[in-house]
Amino acid sequence: MELDARTPAGPIEQKWDRARFEMKLVNPANKRKHSIIVVGSGLAGASATASLGELGYNVKCFCFQDSPRRAHSIAAQGGINAAKNYQNDGDSVYRLFYDTVKGGDFRSREANVYRLAQISVHIIDQCVAQGVPFAREYGGLLANRSFGGAQVSRTFYARGQTGQQLLLGAYQALERQVDAGTVTMFPRTEMLDLIVIDDRARGIVTRNLVTGEIDTHIADAVILATGGYGNVYYLSTNAKGSNATAIWRAHKRGALFANPCFTQIHPTCIPVSGHYQSKLTLMSESLRNDGRIWVPKQKGDKRPPNQIPEDERDYYLERRYPSFGNLVPRDVASRNAKYVCDQGRGVGETGLGVYLDFADAIQRLGRKTIEERYGNLFEMYERITDEDPYQVPMRIYPAIHYTMGGLWVDYYLMSTVPGLFVIGEANFSDHGANRLGASALMQGLSDGYFIVPYTIGNYLATEKLEPVSEVHPEIRNAVACVEQMTHKLLAIRGKRTVDSFHRELGKIVWEYCGMSRTAQGLETAIDEIRDLREEYWQDVLVPGSANDLNQSLEKAGRVADFFELAELMCVDALERDESCGAHFREEYQTGDGEAQRDDEHYSYVAAWAYRGYGNREELSKEPLEFEYVHPSQRSYK
Amino acid sequence: MRLRLKIWRQKSRSVTGKFVTYSVENVNPDMSMLECLDVLNEDLIERGEEPVAFEHDCREGICGSCGFMINGIAHGPLPATTVCQLTMRHFKDGEQLILEPWRARAFPLIKDLIVDRRAFDRIIAAGGYISVSTGSAQDANTILVPKEAADRAMDAAACIGCGACVAACPNASAALFTGAKIAHLGILPQGKPEQNRRAIRMVTQMNEEGFGGCTNIGECTGVCPKEIPLEVIAAMNRDYFRGSWRERDNIVTTIRPFTEWSTGSKLQIDPHASS
Repeated sequence: MELDARTPAGPIEQKWDRARFEMKLVNPANKRKHSIIVVGSGLAGASATASLGELGYNVKCFCFQDSPRRAHSIAAQGGINAAKNYQNDGDSVYRLFYDTVKGGDFRSREANVYRLAQISVHIIDQCVAQGVPFAREYGGLLANRSFGGAQVSRTFYARGQTGQQLLLGAYQALERQVDAGTVTMFPRTEMLDLIVIDDRARGIVTRNLVTGEIDTHIADAVILATGGYGNVYYLSTNAKGSNATAIWRAHKRGALFANPCFTQIHPTCIPVSGHYQSKLTLMSESLRNDGRIWVPKQKGDKRPPNQIPEDERDYYLERRYPSFGNLVPRDVASRNAKYVCDQGRGVGETGLGVYLDFADAIQRLGRKTIEERYGNLFEMYERITDEDPYQVPMRIYPAIHYTMGGLWVDYYLMSTVPGLFVIGEANFSDHGANRLGASALMQGLSDGYFIVPYTIGNYLATEKLEPVSEVHPEIRNAVACVEQMTHKLLAIRGKRTVDSFHRELGKIVWEYCGMSRTAQGLETAIDEIRDLREEYWQDVLVPGSANDLNQSLEKAGRVADFFELAELMCVDALERDESCGAHFREEYQTGDGEAQRDDEHYSYVAAWAYRGYGNREELSKEPLEFEYVHPSQRSYK
Repeated sequence: MRLRLKIWRQKSRSVTGKFVTYSVENVNPDMSMLECLDVLNEDLIERGEEPVAFEHDCREGICGSCGFMINGIAHGPLPATTVCQLTMRHFKDGEQLILEPWRARAFPLIKDLIVDRRAFDRIIAAGGYISVSTGSAQDANTILVPKEAADRAMDAAACIGCGACVAACPNASAALFTGAKIAHLGILPQGKPEQNRRAIRMVTQMNEEGFGGCTNIGECTGVCPKEIPLEVIAAMNRDYFRGSWRERDNIVTTIRPFTEWSTGSKLQIDPHASS
C-alpha cells in the first residue's frame, strides 16, 4: 500500500501554520450538525472531546471504566516537556524537536515532531489556565526539572503526580462540556468493533459492561484515543484494564499498524516480588534527576547497601556516559541495567535489581527538598516494599511502560481508514523508536487540544457524508462479529483461566521480544505464541454469562487480541534487521554494546496490514527522510 | 499465611445480597489485598463458581477505581493507603477480613463490591472546572501563583475521587470530595472569577445527589488515601456562604419540605446571568 503522510510542503517551521491555513473549516453554525465519536478518555481523548465540544460539535465519548477520570494517564508521574526556555538554559522549539528526533533514534517523521515541539508551549498555557497546580518557585513562576535525554530543564511538574493533574484538567473541561450539552459520556462501555461504510469510518459497536448489551453508535468521524498495548506483556506499568482491543479491531477493519515492535522499557520500576504479581509499579524517571544508579563492583556481593563502601560501588551510568550520566534515555538505561544483572551484580533477592540511591541528594539538598520533589513516590515505594528510601537505596529494575508503535497516521492524525483518527499513545507517530521522558503527556495533549480539532474539521468540511441507515449491512455484520466472538469465548468452558494464559503469553514476549531480541528467539516466540493461541481457543475457561457484569469475559476478549498483536510484534522485530532505540537486535550492535542502526536499509516506518486470521500480515514501508536532523550514531557519552 | 475473607456478594441491585466466607491459603505477605482477591478469584473460576466482582485499574493508588470496606474501615487499616496498595503483611495468619462495598444512597450498588459513583462526575460537571476553552490562554508565566498557594492547591487537588470519604461518613456526606475541588480551584488566581458560582452550583448538585450533610465528624479525612485536609470543607462552606450573598441576584430560591438529608432549600443559579 502506498503510504502518503500528506506532510505539507515548505520549511519545517512553517508547515503546521501553512496546514492550518490550507485546511478547510466547518462553519460555526454547521458544527452542531456533525457528530464525532471519541473512544478513550485519557489525556488525548478527554482533551479532544472537550475541545471538540467547545467548538460546537456533538461528541460522544466512551470509556470502559466507571468514569473518564480513571484513564491510565492519571498515573503518569514525572512531568511534561515544553520548549518555554523559562530556565534560560538554551532550550528552544528547535532544540526540543532535535532532542526528540535524536531520542527516537531517527525513526520518526520530522515534520510531526517539529509540530509537537512547536505546540508544546501552548499546552502549558492551557493547563495553567485550567488550574493545573504545577510546582512553583518562590517568585510565583513555574518550576522546571530535567528528564532523560535532555541537557536542559524543560519539564513542568506537579509533585510526582503530573499525569493526574493534567488529566483532571482535561476531565474537568470534558465535564464542563457535558454540562453544556455538547458532550455525552458513555462510561462502562467498551468498543468492540469499528463500522466502516463506503470505505469510511462511520461508527463503532459497543458492549455495555454492566448489562452486556451490544449497541451501535454512528457518527461522521471516529477518534481512537485508547492508549498503549504494554499489557501484551501481562506485567507492565499499565493499568490492569489497559488493552489494545479498540485499535486491534480497527486494524482488522483496515487501519495499518505501524512499528509494533517498538515497545519501551522503563528503567526504574519496583522489581517483581512474586508469581502472583499483577502489575509493575513505575518509579518516575524524574527520580533520576537526583538519584544515583549503582550496583556493587563485585559479582555476587550480597552485603546490605549501606555496608558497601563508595570505592566498591559501580555507578555504571556515570562511568559509561559522562555527559548524560544518570539521565541517559530509557533504552540506554534499561539495557545497561540488564547487562549488569546478567553479569551477576544485580541486587535484591532475585538478583534482578539495581540501586537508585538518594543519600547524596539528601545530604546536599536536605530531606525536606527531596520530600517536596518526590514525596508521594517515596511513600508509594515504602508501602509496596516496606523499605524506606530515605534510609536505604531504592531497588529498581526495568519494566514495560510505553509503546511507540500503534496505528499508522498521517500528518493529520488520520489512519489509513478515512474518518478514523488516532491520537495519543494509540498512534505510532512522533516518538520514533524510543520515547523521551515527559513527552507522552506532551504528545497526548498536543494531539487532543491542538491538532485533531483542526484536522477533523478539515475532513468533515471536505467529505460528503451521507446519513447511515441503522440497518445497513455493514452495521449488522459488525454486530454479528461481536456477538459471535462473545458467545464463542463463553462457550469454550475449558480448564485454564484467562489470566493463566495471559501470564504465559507475557513471559514469552518478555523473554524473546523484550529488552533484547535475536532472530532465533523471535522465531521461537512466534511458534510458541501460535501454539498458545490455539490452546487458548480450545481450553480457556470464561465463567458467567454475556448479560451482566462479567470481568472475566472482558479480559478474555482483550487477551484474544493480545495473542495476535504479540505475533505481529515478533514478526515486525524479525523483519527489522537492525537495532534502533528500544528495538535491540543482538546481532546488530556497536563494539561497546550500543544500538547499531542500518539507515541505508531501514530508515522507514513499517506499517502492517491485516490479511485474515492466522495469515501473515502485509508490510508497507513509509520512507523516512531527515532534512534537518542528520542521523548519527546516538551518543550520550 | 491463611486468611478468611467474608465478602458481600450481590448479583445486581435488584437481587438480595449476602455475605459469603472464603478461605484463602498461601497468602504471601508481600501481596496486595487485590492480588489476594485475584488468587481467590482464580480458584473460584477453576471450581466453576462466579468470581468476586471488584473495581480496580491502576493498582498504584492514583486512579481511584478501587475501594471497599475492610473490617469496617474504608480502604482497610493502614492510613493514607488504598486497598490496591495495602499489603497483606499488615494482617495476621488466620485473621478474618470482612469486605463490603461503599454504602451510601448516592452510590447505588452494581454488583458485589462495585458501586455506581457517577454522582461524583455530576458534581464536577456542575462547576468543578475553570471555564477556559482551548486556545484562549495567555503565557503560563503571566499568572503568578505564590509557592504556598500552589502547594496548598496541590494538596487539595490530590483527591482521587474514590469515595472512601462518603463511605466512612455516618451521614454519607460528600463534603470532603466537593470541598477538595472547590478548595483546589478557589486557592488559585485562575479560579477566582468563578469562585462563588462554583461553590453554589457544586454544593447544590451534591445535595441533589442524595449525599448527607456534613456535621464535622472527620471520619472522611481519617480514611482518605490522599489525606485531603478537613480545611477544604471550611473553604467550601466559606465560598458557599459568600456566594449566597454575592450571587443573590442570580439565585432562584425554592423552599422544599424537609427531608432527612437536606437543609430544606434548593438553590438554582441562572446560568446565563452575570454577577
